[in-house]
Amino acid sequence: MTDKLSPTQMAWRAAQDIADGAYVNLGIGFPEMVAKFQPPGREAIFHTENGILGFGEAPAAGSEDWDLINAGKKAVTIKPGTAFFHHADSFAMVRGGHLDVAILGAYEVAETGDLANWSTGPRGVPAVGGAMDLVHGAKTVAVITDHVTKDGKPKLVQRCSLPLTGEGCVTRVYSSLAVIDIVDGHFVLREKLASLSVADLQALTGAALRLEGPVADLDVPAL
Amino acid sequence: MDKTLPDLAAAVAGIDDGMTVMIGGFGGSGAPIELIHALIDRFLATGHPKNLVVVNNNAGNGHVGLAALIEAGMVARLICSFPRSADPVVFTERYLAGQIELELVPQGTLAERIRAGGAGIPAFYTPTSVGTNLAKGKPVEVFEGRSYVQERWLKADVALIKAHLGDRLGNLTYRMAARNFNPLMCMAATTTIVQVSQIVDPGGIDPEAVITPGIFVQGVVEVPHPQQEEDLNRAKAVYPEAAA
Repeated sequence: MTDKLSPTQMAWRAAQDIADGAYVNLGIGFPEMVAKFQPPGREAIFHTENGILGFGEAPAAGSEDWDLINAGKKAVTIKPGTAFFHHADSFAMVRGGHLDVAILGAYEVAETGDLANWSTGPRGVPAVGGAMDLVHGAKTVAVITDHVTKDGKPKLVQRCSLPLTGEGCVTRVYSSLAVIDIVDGHFVLREKLASLSVADLQALTGAALRLEGPVADLDVPAL
Repeated sequence: MDKTLPDLAAAVAGIDDGMTVMIGGFGGSGAPIELIHALIDRFLATGHPKNLVVVNNNAGNGHVGLAALIEAGMVARLICSFPRSADPVVFTERYLAGQIELELVPQGTLAERIRAGGAGIPAFYTPTSVGTNLAKGKPVEVFEGRSYVQERWLKADVALIKAHLGDRLGNLTYRMAARNFNPLMCMAATTTIVQVSQIVDPGGIDPEAVITPGIFVQGVVEVPHPQQEEDLNRAKAVYPEAAA
Protein backbone atom coordinates (compact mmCIF):
# COMPACT_ATOMS: atom_id res chain seq x y z
CA MET A 1 0.00 0.00 0.00
CA THR A 2 1.88 3.07 -1.22
CA ASP A 3 -1.09 5.22 -2.10
CA LYS A 4 -1.02 8.43 -0.07
CA LEU A 5 -1.49 12.17 -0.41
CA SER A 6 1.49 14.47 -0.97
CA PRO A 7 1.98 17.45 1.35
CA THR A 8 0.58 19.64 -1.44
CA GLN A 9 -2.55 17.50 -1.61
CA MET A 10 -2.97 17.58 2.18
CA ALA A 11 -2.71 21.38 2.01
CA TRP A 12 -5.36 21.43 -0.73
CA ARG A 13 -7.71 19.33 1.40
CA ALA A 14 -7.20 21.56 4.44
CA ALA A 15 -7.90 24.65 2.33
CA GLN A 16 -11.37 23.33 1.35
CA ASP A 17 -12.52 23.69 4.97
CA ILE A 18 -11.52 27.34 5.39
CA ALA A 19 -14.68 29.40 5.32
CA ASP A 20 -15.18 32.74 3.65
CA GLY A 21 -14.16 35.49 6.08
CA ALA A 22 -11.96 33.25 8.23
CA TYR A 23 -8.83 34.52 9.98
CA VAL A 24 -6.12 31.91 9.56
CA ASN A 25 -2.58 31.31 10.78
CA LEU A 26 -0.50 28.87 8.76
CA GLY A 27 2.54 27.33 10.46
CA ILE A 28 5.99 27.38 8.90
CA GLY A 29 6.61 24.72 6.24
CA PHE A 30 3.95 22.59 4.53
CA PRO A 31 0.99 24.42 6.10
CA GLU A 32 2.05 27.61 4.27
CA MET A 33 0.87 25.96 1.03
CA VAL A 34 -2.74 26.03 2.21
CA ALA A 35 -2.96 29.69 1.15
CA LYS A 36 -2.47 28.71 -2.50
CA PHE A 37 -5.57 26.54 -2.57
CA GLN A 38 -8.29 28.87 -1.32
CA PRO A 39 -11.49 27.88 -3.15
CA PRO A 40 -12.70 30.59 -5.56
CA GLY A 41 -15.18 33.06 -4.12
CA ARG A 42 -13.91 32.75 -0.55
CA GLU A 43 -11.77 35.39 1.11
CA ALA A 44 -9.65 34.27 4.07
CA ILE A 45 -7.31 36.67 5.86
CA PHE A 46 -3.92 35.20 6.74
CA HIS A 47 -2.11 36.14 9.95
CA THR A 48 1.61 35.88 10.50
CA GLU A 49 2.80 36.14 14.08
CA ASN A 50 5.53 38.68 13.31
CA GLY A 51 2.84 41.28 12.80
CA ILE A 52 0.90 41.18 9.52
CA LEU A 53 -2.74 40.44 8.73
CA GLY A 54 -3.76 40.01 5.12
CA PHE A 55 -0.37 39.71 3.47
CA GLY A 56 0.04 38.82 -0.19
CA GLU A 57 2.09 36.32 -2.13
CA ALA A 58 5.87 36.10 -2.31
CA PRO A 59 7.47 38.85 -4.42
CA ALA A 60 9.55 38.12 -7.52
CA ALA A 61 13.18 37.27 -6.77
CA GLY A 62 15.19 40.46 -6.54
CA SER A 63 12.27 42.64 -5.45
CA GLU A 64 12.15 41.47 -1.82
CA ASP A 65 11.79 44.05 0.96
CA TRP A 66 13.34 42.51 4.08
CA ASP A 67 11.14 44.61 6.36
CA LEU A 68 8.24 42.62 4.91
CA ILE A 69 8.62 38.97 5.87
CA ASN A 70 6.51 36.17 7.32
CA ALA A 71 7.13 34.02 10.39
CA GLY A 72 9.33 31.72 8.30
CA LYS A 73 11.40 34.83 7.48
CA LYS A 74 10.45 34.58 3.82
CA ALA A 75 9.61 37.75 1.89
CA VAL A 76 5.91 38.49 1.37
CA THR A 77 3.98 41.45 -0.09
CA ILE A 78 1.23 43.79 1.00
CA LYS A 79 -2.12 44.09 -0.73
CA PRO A 80 -5.19 46.30 -0.23
CA GLY A 81 -6.36 45.74 3.35
CA THR A 82 -3.04 44.65 4.87
CA ALA A 83 -2.50 45.65 8.52
CA PHE A 84 0.70 45.80 10.58
CA PHE A 85 0.92 45.50 14.37
CA HIS A 86 3.44 44.72 17.10
CA HIS A 87 4.15 41.34 18.66
CA ALA A 88 1.97 41.72 21.77
CA ASP A 89 -1.07 42.55 19.61
CA SER A 90 -0.17 39.70 17.29
CA PHE A 91 -0.25 37.14 20.10
CA ALA A 92 -3.37 38.73 21.56
CA MET A 93 -4.98 37.73 18.25
CA VAL A 94 -3.63 34.19 18.77
CA ARG A 95 -4.39 33.52 22.45
CA GLY A 96 -7.40 35.79 22.68
CA GLY A 97 -9.63 33.56 20.58
CA HIS A 98 -9.69 35.85 17.54
CA LEU A 99 -8.28 33.42 14.97
CA ASP A 100 -10.69 30.97 13.37
CA VAL A 101 -8.12 28.45 12.19
CA ALA A 102 -4.50 27.56 12.93
CA ILE A 103 -2.88 24.88 10.78
CA LEU A 104 0.36 23.34 12.01
CA GLY A 105 2.75 20.48 11.36
CA ALA A 106 3.21 17.60 13.81
CA TYR A 107 5.63 14.96 15.01
CA GLU A 108 2.87 13.24 16.99
CA VAL A 109 -0.82 13.85 17.72
CA ALA A 110 -2.55 12.00 20.56
CA GLU A 111 -6.22 11.00 20.69
CA THR A 112 -6.53 13.44 23.60
CA GLY A 113 -5.63 16.29 21.23
CA ASP A 114 -2.14 16.63 22.68
CA LEU A 115 0.38 17.84 20.09
CA ALA A 116 4.14 17.33 19.89
CA ASN A 117 5.68 19.43 17.13
CA TRP A 118 8.55 21.47 18.61
CA SER A 119 11.22 19.16 20.01
CA THR A 120 12.52 15.73 19.12
CA GLY A 121 14.33 15.39 22.45
CA PRO A 122 17.08 16.87 24.58
CA ARG A 123 19.87 16.95 21.98
CA GLY A 124 20.97 20.04 20.09
CA VAL A 125 19.66 23.57 20.50
CA PRO A 126 16.02 23.79 21.68
CA ALA A 127 13.77 26.22 19.77
CA VAL A 128 10.05 26.79 20.27
CA GLY A 129 9.13 30.02 18.45
CA GLY A 130 5.37 30.59 18.38
CA ALA A 131 4.32 26.92 18.35
CA MET A 132 3.17 26.79 21.99
CA ASP A 133 1.14 29.98 21.60
CA LEU A 134 -0.49 29.02 18.30
CA VAL A 135 -2.08 25.86 19.70
CA HIS A 136 -4.19 27.93 22.09
CA GLY A 137 -6.96 30.25 21.09
CA ALA A 138 -7.90 29.40 17.51
CA LYS A 139 -11.36 27.87 17.20
CA THR A 140 -9.98 25.12 14.95
CA VAL A 141 -6.43 23.90 15.56
CA ALA A 142 -5.69 21.57 12.68
CA VAL A 143 -2.62 19.53 11.85
CA ILE A 144 -1.25 18.50 8.47
CA THR A 145 0.91 15.40 8.77
CA ASP A 146 1.96 12.15 7.17
CA HIS A 147 -0.09 9.39 8.75
CA VAL A 148 3.05 7.45 9.68
CA THR A 149 6.75 8.29 10.16
CA LYS A 150 9.41 7.53 7.55
CA ASP A 151 9.94 4.25 9.46
CA GLY A 152 6.25 3.41 9.19
CA LYS A 153 5.38 4.09 12.84
CA PRO A 154 2.04 5.76 13.62
CA LYS A 155 2.11 9.53 14.20
CA LEU A 156 -1.44 9.41 15.53
CA VAL A 157 -1.05 7.81 18.94
CA GLN A 158 -2.69 7.26 22.32
CA ARG A 159 -0.12 9.40 24.16
CA CYS A 160 2.71 11.49 22.72
CA SER A 161 6.21 10.22 23.49
CA LEU A 162 7.93 13.49 22.46
CA PRO A 163 7.87 16.76 24.46
CA LEU A 164 4.43 18.37 24.19
CA THR A 165 3.66 21.63 22.45
CA GLY A 166 0.24 21.73 24.08
CA GLU A 167 -2.35 19.57 25.82
CA GLY A 168 -5.76 18.82 24.34
CA CYS A 169 -5.40 21.44 21.63
CA VAL A 170 -5.78 19.71 18.23
CA THR A 171 -9.30 19.49 16.85
CA ARG A 172 -8.71 18.06 13.34
CA VAL A 173 -6.00 16.10 11.53
CA TYR A 174 -5.43 16.16 7.75
CA SER A 175 -3.16 13.17 7.27
CA SER A 176 -1.74 11.64 4.12
CA LEU A 177 -4.43 8.92 4.37
CA ALA A 178 -7.45 10.38 6.18
CA VAL A 179 -9.30 13.29 7.74
CA ILE A 180 -9.82 12.68 11.44
CA ASP A 181 -11.53 14.82 14.08
CA ILE A 182 -10.62 14.72 17.74
CA VAL A 183 -13.80 14.60 19.82
CA ASP A 184 -13.90 14.04 23.59
CA GLY A 185 -10.51 12.32 23.67
CA HIS A 186 -11.04 10.05 20.64
CA PHE A 187 -10.06 9.93 16.98
CA VAL A 188 -13.22 10.07 14.86
CA LEU A 189 -12.72 9.05 11.22
CA ARG A 190 -14.42 11.40 8.76
CA GLU A 191 -12.71 10.66 5.41
CA LYS A 192 -10.21 8.10 4.13
CA LEU A 193 -8.60 7.23 0.82
CA ALA A 194 -10.95 4.98 -1.14
CA SER A 195 -8.11 2.49 -1.69
CA LEU A 196 -7.87 1.81 2.05
CA SER A 197 -10.23 -0.20 4.21
CA VAL A 198 -11.02 1.02 7.70
CA ALA A 199 -9.04 -2.00 8.97
CA ASP A 200 -6.01 -0.98 6.84
CA LEU A 201 -6.15 2.53 8.28
CA GLN A 202 -6.61 1.27 11.84
CA ALA A 203 -3.47 -0.86 11.46
CA LEU A 204 -1.49 2.31 10.65
CA THR A 205 -2.98 4.30 13.55
CA GLY A 206 -1.72 4.12 17.13
CA ALA A 207 -5.10 4.58 18.81
CA ALA A 208 -8.67 3.47 18.13
CA LEU A 209 -10.51 5.11 15.24
CA ARG A 210 -14.17 5.69 16.02
CA LEU A 211 -16.84 5.70 13.35
CA GLU A 212 -19.66 8.16 13.89
CA GLY A 213 -21.78 8.16 10.79
CA PRO A 214 -20.60 7.65 7.23
CA VAL A 215 -16.92 7.86 6.26
CA ALA A 216 -16.47 9.79 3.02
CA ASP A 217 -13.81 9.16 0.39
CA LEU A 218 -10.83 11.48 0.72
CA ASP A 219 -10.88 12.69 -2.84
CA VAL A 220 -8.11 15.13 -3.80
CA PRO A 221 -7.02 16.24 -7.30
CA ALA A 222 -3.63 15.13 -8.60
CA LEU A 223 -2.13 18.67 -8.37
CA MET B 1 13.79 68.70 25.16
CA ASP B 2 16.18 67.12 22.67
CA LYS B 3 16.77 63.36 22.74
CA THR B 4 18.82 63.26 19.57
CA LEU B 5 22.34 61.87 19.84
CA PRO B 6 25.29 62.99 17.69
CA ASP B 7 26.47 59.56 16.56
CA LEU B 8 26.34 55.80 17.13
CA ALA B 9 29.33 55.81 19.51
CA ALA B 10 27.52 58.25 21.80
CA ALA B 11 24.36 56.16 21.53
CA VAL B 12 25.99 53.03 23.00
CA ALA B 13 28.38 54.75 25.44
CA GLY B 14 26.27 54.09 28.55
CA ILE B 15 25.99 50.31 28.27
CA ASP B 16 27.96 48.60 31.08
CA ASP B 17 29.17 45.08 31.84
CA GLY B 18 26.45 42.68 32.96
CA MET B 19 23.52 44.79 31.79
CA THR B 20 20.35 43.29 30.34
CA VAL B 21 19.97 44.57 26.79
CA MET B 22 16.82 44.10 24.72
CA ILE B 23 17.49 44.15 20.99
CA GLY B 24 14.55 44.69 18.66
CA GLY B 25 13.79 42.73 15.54
CA PHE B 26 12.40 39.45 14.28
CA GLY B 27 15.22 37.79 12.41
CA GLY B 28 16.71 40.64 10.39
CA SER B 29 13.55 42.70 10.07
CA GLY B 30 13.65 45.55 12.56
CA ALA B 31 17.12 44.59 13.81
CA PRO B 32 19.25 47.65 14.73
CA ILE B 33 22.37 46.43 12.94
CA GLU B 34 24.28 49.74 13.17
CA LEU B 35 23.68 50.10 16.93
CA ILE B 36 24.81 46.50 17.52
CA HIS B 37 27.94 47.04 15.44
CA ALA B 38 28.70 50.25 17.33
CA LEU B 39 28.50 48.27 20.57
CA ILE B 40 30.95 45.72 19.16
CA ASP B 41 33.29 48.56 18.12
CA ARG B 42 33.26 49.84 21.70
CA PHE B 43 34.01 46.38 23.10
CA LEU B 44 36.91 45.92 20.69
CA ALA B 45 38.35 49.31 21.70
CA THR B 46 37.77 49.14 25.48
CA GLY B 47 36.96 45.53 26.48
CA HIS B 48 33.47 46.67 27.56
CA PRO B 49 30.63 45.93 27.78
CA LYS B 50 30.81 42.19 28.38
CA ASN B 51 28.74 39.54 30.20
CA LEU B 52 25.58 40.99 28.70
CA VAL B 53 22.16 39.38 29.05
CA VAL B 54 20.49 39.82 25.67
CA VAL B 55 16.76 39.58 24.95
CA ASN B 56 15.82 38.99 21.30
CA ASN B 57 13.42 36.70 19.47
CA ASN B 58 16.30 34.87 17.82
CA ALA B 59 20.00 34.16 18.28
CA GLY B 60 21.51 35.78 15.23
CA ASN B 61 22.10 34.71 11.66
CA GLY B 62 25.47 34.52 9.92
CA HIS B 63 28.27 36.73 11.26
CA VAL B 64 26.66 40.17 11.51
CA GLY B 65 24.35 41.92 13.99
CA LEU B 66 23.38 39.81 17.01
CA ALA B 67 25.44 36.86 15.75
CA ALA B 68 28.51 39.12 15.64
CA LEU B 69 27.79 40.37 19.17
CA ILE B 70 27.75 36.74 20.36
CA GLU B 71 30.80 35.89 18.25
CA ALA B 72 32.72 38.76 19.88
CA GLY B 73 32.15 37.02 23.24
CA MET B 74 30.06 39.83 24.75
CA VAL B 75 26.94 37.81 25.59
CA ALA B 76 26.74 35.57 28.69
CA ARG B 77 23.04 34.76 28.49
CA LEU B 78 20.36 34.91 25.84
CA ILE B 79 16.60 35.04 26.40
CA CYS B 80 14.83 34.14 23.16
CA SER B 81 12.13 32.00 21.52
CA PHE B 82 13.83 30.63 18.43
CA PRO B 83 17.63 30.29 18.42
CA ARG B 84 17.69 28.89 14.90
CA SER B 85 18.18 30.63 11.58
CA ALA B 86 19.51 29.98 8.09
CA ASP B 87 23.04 30.14 9.54
CA PRO B 88 22.95 29.77 13.34
CA VAL B 89 26.53 28.48 13.66
CA VAL B 90 27.79 31.21 16.01
CA PHE B 91 25.18 30.66 18.71
CA THR B 92 25.01 26.89 18.21
CA GLU B 93 28.74 26.35 18.74
CA ARG B 94 28.85 28.48 21.88
CA TYR B 95 25.71 26.95 23.32
CA LEU B 96 26.84 23.36 22.77
CA ALA B 97 30.26 24.27 24.28
CA GLY B 98 28.54 25.63 27.39
CA GLN B 99 29.81 29.17 26.75
CA ILE B 100 26.43 30.87 26.63
CA GLU B 101 23.27 30.32 28.67
CA LEU B 102 19.87 30.06 27.00
CA GLU B 103 16.45 30.84 28.47
CA LEU B 104 13.91 29.57 25.94
CA VAL B 105 10.55 31.39 26.04
CA PRO B 106 7.52 30.84 23.78
CA GLN B 107 7.28 33.75 21.37
CA GLY B 108 3.95 35.13 22.55
CA THR B 109 4.99 34.77 26.17
CA LEU B 110 8.23 36.61 25.41
CA ALA B 111 6.29 39.46 23.83
CA GLU B 112 3.81 39.66 26.72
CA ARG B 113 6.55 39.47 29.38
CA ILE B 114 8.23 42.45 27.74
CA ARG B 115 4.94 44.32 27.43
CA ALA B 116 4.18 43.56 31.09
CA GLY B 117 7.63 44.83 32.08
CA GLY B 118 6.92 48.11 30.34
CA ALA B 119 3.39 48.33 31.71
CA GLY B 120 4.23 47.75 35.39
CA ILE B 121 2.52 44.33 35.57
CA PRO B 122 4.81 41.96 37.52
CA ALA B 123 3.11 38.72 36.45
CA PHE B 124 0.28 37.39 34.33
CA TYR B 125 -1.34 34.05 33.43
CA THR B 126 -1.28 32.51 29.97
CA PRO B 127 -2.52 29.21 28.48
CA THR B 128 0.73 28.96 26.53
CA SER B 129 3.03 26.11 27.66
CA VAL B 130 0.55 24.53 30.12
CA GLY B 131 1.51 20.87 30.50
CA THR B 132 4.84 21.26 28.69
CA ASN B 133 8.49 21.24 29.74
CA LEU B 134 8.59 25.05 29.51
CA ALA B 135 6.03 25.38 32.33
CA LYS B 136 8.05 23.33 34.83
CA GLY B 137 8.42 25.04 38.21
CA LYS B 138 5.93 27.80 37.36
CA PRO B 139 2.68 28.33 39.29
CA VAL B 140 -0.42 27.05 37.48
CA GLU B 141 -3.90 28.29 38.31
CA VAL B 142 -7.36 27.42 37.01
CA PHE B 143 -9.61 30.19 35.73
CA GLU B 144 -13.10 29.36 34.42
CA GLY B 145 -12.19 25.67 34.27
CA ARG B 146 -8.97 26.05 32.30
CA SER B 147 -5.32 25.93 33.46
CA TYR B 148 -2.98 28.87 33.00
CA VAL B 149 0.74 29.30 33.74
CA GLN B 150 2.06 32.27 35.66
CA GLU B 151 4.74 34.21 33.79
CA ARG B 152 6.76 37.16 35.08
CA TRP B 153 7.53 40.50 33.53
CA LEU B 154 10.79 41.09 31.72
CA LYS B 155 12.63 44.40 32.00
CA ALA B 156 15.97 45.65 30.73
CA ASP B 157 18.61 48.24 31.48
CA VAL B 158 18.86 49.20 27.83
CA ALA B 159 16.85 48.61 24.65
CA LEU B 160 18.47 48.94 21.22
CA ILE B 161 15.71 49.69 18.74
CA LYS B 162 15.28 50.22 15.00
CA ALA B 163 12.53 52.57 13.88
CA HIS B 164 11.78 54.48 10.69
CA LEU B 165 11.00 58.11 11.53
CA GLY B 166 11.78 59.80 14.83
CA ASP B 167 11.69 63.33 16.21
CA ARG B 168 13.72 65.03 18.96
CA LEU B 169 10.98 64.15 21.47
CA GLY B 170 11.39 60.43 20.76
CA ASN B 171 8.13 59.85 18.89
CA LEU B 172 8.58 56.94 16.48
CA THR B 173 7.10 55.19 13.47
CA TYR B 174 8.19 51.83 12.12
CA ARG B 175 8.38 50.36 8.66
CA MET B 176 6.02 47.46 7.86
CA ALA B 177 6.78 44.20 9.73
CA ALA B 178 9.98 45.69 11.15
CA ARG B 179 7.75 46.87 14.01
CA ASN B 180 7.53 43.41 15.74
CA PHE B 181 9.15 43.53 19.22
CA ASN B 182 10.47 47.10 18.90
CA PRO B 183 7.57 49.10 20.43
CA LEU B 184 7.35 46.63 23.35
CA MET B 185 11.05 46.83 24.12
CA CYS B 186 10.92 50.65 24.02
CA MET B 187 8.54 50.43 26.99
CA ALA B 188 10.46 47.82 29.01
CA ALA B 189 13.94 49.35 29.28
CA THR B 190 15.29 52.00 31.63
CA THR B 191 17.18 53.55 28.71
CA THR B 192 15.81 53.11 25.19
CA ILE B 193 18.17 54.01 22.35
CA VAL B 194 16.69 54.15 18.86
CA GLN B 195 18.26 54.30 15.43
CA VAL B 196 15.94 55.91 12.90
CA SER B 197 16.29 56.29 9.16
CA GLN B 198 15.38 59.95 9.43
CA ILE B 199 14.96 62.53 12.19
CA VAL B 200 12.10 64.89 11.45
CA ASP B 201 10.96 68.06 13.20
CA PRO B 202 8.24 67.69 15.85
CA GLY B 203 5.00 67.62 13.86
CA GLY B 204 6.74 65.83 11.01
CA ILE B 205 5.03 62.67 12.23
CA ASP B 206 1.24 62.87 12.14
CA PRO B 207 0.08 62.41 15.77
CA GLU B 208 -2.36 59.77 14.50
CA ALA B 209 0.56 57.81 13.07
CA VAL B 210 2.85 57.77 16.12
CA ILE B 211 3.40 54.14 17.15
CA THR B 212 5.80 54.69 20.05
CA PRO B 213 5.17 57.93 21.97
CA GLY B 214 8.35 59.70 23.01
CA ILE B 215 7.85 59.07 26.74
CA PHE B 216 9.25 55.56 26.16
CA VAL B 217 12.42 56.80 24.42
CA GLN B 218 15.63 58.28 25.84
CA GLY B 219 17.88 58.60 22.81
CA VAL B 220 17.49 58.90 19.02
CA VAL B 221 20.31 58.64 16.50
CA GLU B 222 19.91 59.04 12.75
CA VAL B 223 21.16 56.20 10.53
CA PRO B 224 20.06 56.91 6.94
CA HIS B 225 19.73 53.83 4.69
CA PRO B 226 20.20 51.21 7.43
CA GLN B 227 21.66 47.85 6.51
CA GLN B 228 19.46 44.75 6.31
CA GLU B 229 20.80 41.59 7.95
CA GLU B 230 19.43 39.50 5.08
CA ASP B 231 21.35 41.55 2.48
CA LEU B 232 24.55 41.36 4.54
CA ASN B 233 24.20 37.59 4.87
CA ARG B 234 23.55 37.13 1.17
CA ALA B 235 26.81 39.04 0.58
CA LYS B 236 28.47 36.74 3.17
CA ALA B 237 29.43 39.76 5.25
CA VAL B 238 31.33 39.36 8.54
CA TYR B 239 31.51 41.98 11.30
CA PRO B 240 34.05 43.28 12.07
CA GLU B 241 35.50 42.84 8.60
CA ALA B 242 39.00 42.17 9.94
CA ALA B 243 37.68 38.90 11.37
CA ALA B 244 36.93 37.59 7.89
